[in-house]
Amino acid sequence: MKKRRERIDRGIKARSEDVYALCSWREMLYLAGPRLLPAAAFLLLPLFLGVYWQKVMISVAVFALLAMSWDLLAQTGMISLGQALFFGMGAYVSGILNFYFGAPPWIAIPIATVLGGALCTLILLPVLRLRGIYFSMVTLIVPLMLVRIIEATKIFGGTEGLSGMTPLPSTLTEIYLATGVLLGVLFGLRRLMETDYGLVLKGIRDNDRSVTNAGINIYWFKTQALFISSTIGAFAGAFMTHVYMFVGMPVFALDYSILPIAAAVVGGGGTLAGATLGAVILVPLSEALRGIGGLRIVLYGLFLVVFIVAIPEGLFDYIQRKYHQMERWVEIDQ
Amino acid sequence: MFAGTIVFALINSFILILMAIGFNLTFGISGVANFAYGALYIMSAYMSWTMLNLLHLPFWASAVLSIGFTMISGALMYRFVLLRVRGQALSEVIATFGIGLAILELFRYLGLVGFEYTLPVFSNESFMIAGAYVDIQRIAIVLIGLLLVLGLWLFTHFTATGLAFRAIAQDERTALTFGIDSDWAATLSVSFGAGLAAIAATIIIPLGSIAPDEGYDVLIKALAICIIGGLGSTGGVIVAGFIVGFAERFTDTYIGSHWTMIVSLAAILLVLAIKPSGLFGRQKELEERI
Repeated sequence: MKKRRERIDRGIKARSEDVYALCSWREMLYLAGPRLLPAAAFLLLPLFLGVYWQKVMISVAVFALLAMSWDLLAQTGMISLGQALFFGMGAYVSGILNFYFGAPPWIAIPIATVLGGALCTLILLPVLRLRGIYFSMVTLIVPLMLVRIIEATKIFGGTEGLSGMTPLPSTLTEIYLATGVLLGVLFGLRRLMETDYGLVLKGIRDNDRSVTNAGINIYWFKTQALFISSTIGAFAGAFMTHVYMFVGMPVFALDYSILPIAAAVVGGGGTLAGATLGAVILVPLSEALRGIGGLRIVLYGLFLVVFIVAIPEGLFDYIQRKYHQMERWVEIDQ
Repeated sequence: MFAGTIVFALINSFILILMAIGFNLTFGISGVANFAYGALYIMSAYMSWTMLNLLHLPFWASAVLSIGFTMISGALMYRFVLLRVRGQALSEVIATFGIGLAILELFRYLGLVGFEYTLPVFSNESFMIAGAYVDIQRIAIVLIGLLLVLGLWLFTHFTATGLAFRAIAQDERTALTFGIDSDWAATLSVSFGAGLAAIAATIIIPLGSIAPDEGYDVLIKALAICIIGGLGSTGGVIVAGFIVGFAERFTDTYIGSHWTMIVSLAAILLVLAIKPSGLFGRQKELEERI
């Protein structure tokens, strides 16, 4: 008796994309499971982890935030190669507030988040009229040049940086602040992209001229997307300033630009959850590979190339598709 | 001092033009933004260095060989990676950037940094021009820069391949109907761009030393020049090279060497704010930029 494998969509998925008739706990779990699982993992895991892995978890959250901020821009058709700009701007604003004005973290971080985001938006405002790789080029250049400017003018501690920031009360506070914001941003942005507002943003990516034709000011929407994205990045930076108790030129380093892109590409762009998944995979991986030092960045580079060429949809799309499918063996009629 | 500054500004401009022209050529023809450009520049320098010091080849042989190898690796990069993501600007950028990153960080990991990693100058003699000592190397940069620009102009206007390049640049589909193989032209364009990067490395590196950071620097400078001049326009590259070259040298002399980077950044933001397509980027203004 010969058999073949049959692949069918699961019931709920087949019926509708977004209108559900939930009849049983099983169906509810089927839908809520993938959403509850990461949330529960992020909230419960810190309680069981050692100090070292708690620190790793903080970097997972920070890079996931940066990756999502990249993904949001990418969904609006702006490919940034300089997430370090957002990160560094938030880090410096928070550092300056804390160092020169003695603002406690609970005041410095929120102010730095908004102010840093606004400053980044302001810097990139002239560039918003560009699209595609033109935007990428400028975003790549700006953070690297800001480093030179800080080095040259010796403002804000120059090459030494500012140290001795007020730390957050405890490691658990740090983790729950980071993961809380991460979950909020993840589910908030995913919901935002489902609304009409998100539709306009995606429309700008797909065909900005037809969006213009619809009487929508795309530059205004792009500015808003840029502000949301840079605010998320700036929060990550401001937060890390108080975790490291230091802010200096490394905050504009290429790592903060590359790893988020790698995470978003590995996890799969356009879903936001993929960006988080990528960070969850790549950051611990890079910790495990700490022994090989500089070769890590070489690996990220190769990861980027392999994924973009061979698996452009990323891991999340694949997992999502498989989750909605059932496979079974059926007999073949001879 | 003023005359000397002008002489050095002129040389600086040619250095910038040499750095940017390969990137610009590739982008102008095939629309591929080769973010591995800086890595190819450094890679060719390391190749020359290896052949000179480990294989003990004469300078000219190692220079020619490394330029050849860099061209081949550019072509291979296009054939095996870029061809699969052709037309998707985002993927092209990320793929080339990933390749460049891998190459540069590999060299950094290998620890090939230091003053002994440099290429020899052509000659140690120097001249007195307008009250400033200028060595042969810098004069060679100006001469080779001029020759390359002239050569490129002749190549793109009077040879079959060059005309095919311009055809692809103007309208790919129409060019296809004339029997021009666009993949082949794009392969060649990436390869030629890599070759120009290698030539630039061969004559510019002797002024300093080979370092992975230099790779990022070259990429940034090339991008800056191309953005200011208008991508894909050779005239724009030359004019932007002169503007930035003179501006950098004059800030260096009269304000302070730390401020040179700020001048480029300010120039980019200013040009983008006033004329987003760059000074001479008229060609594809409507389609690609705004």
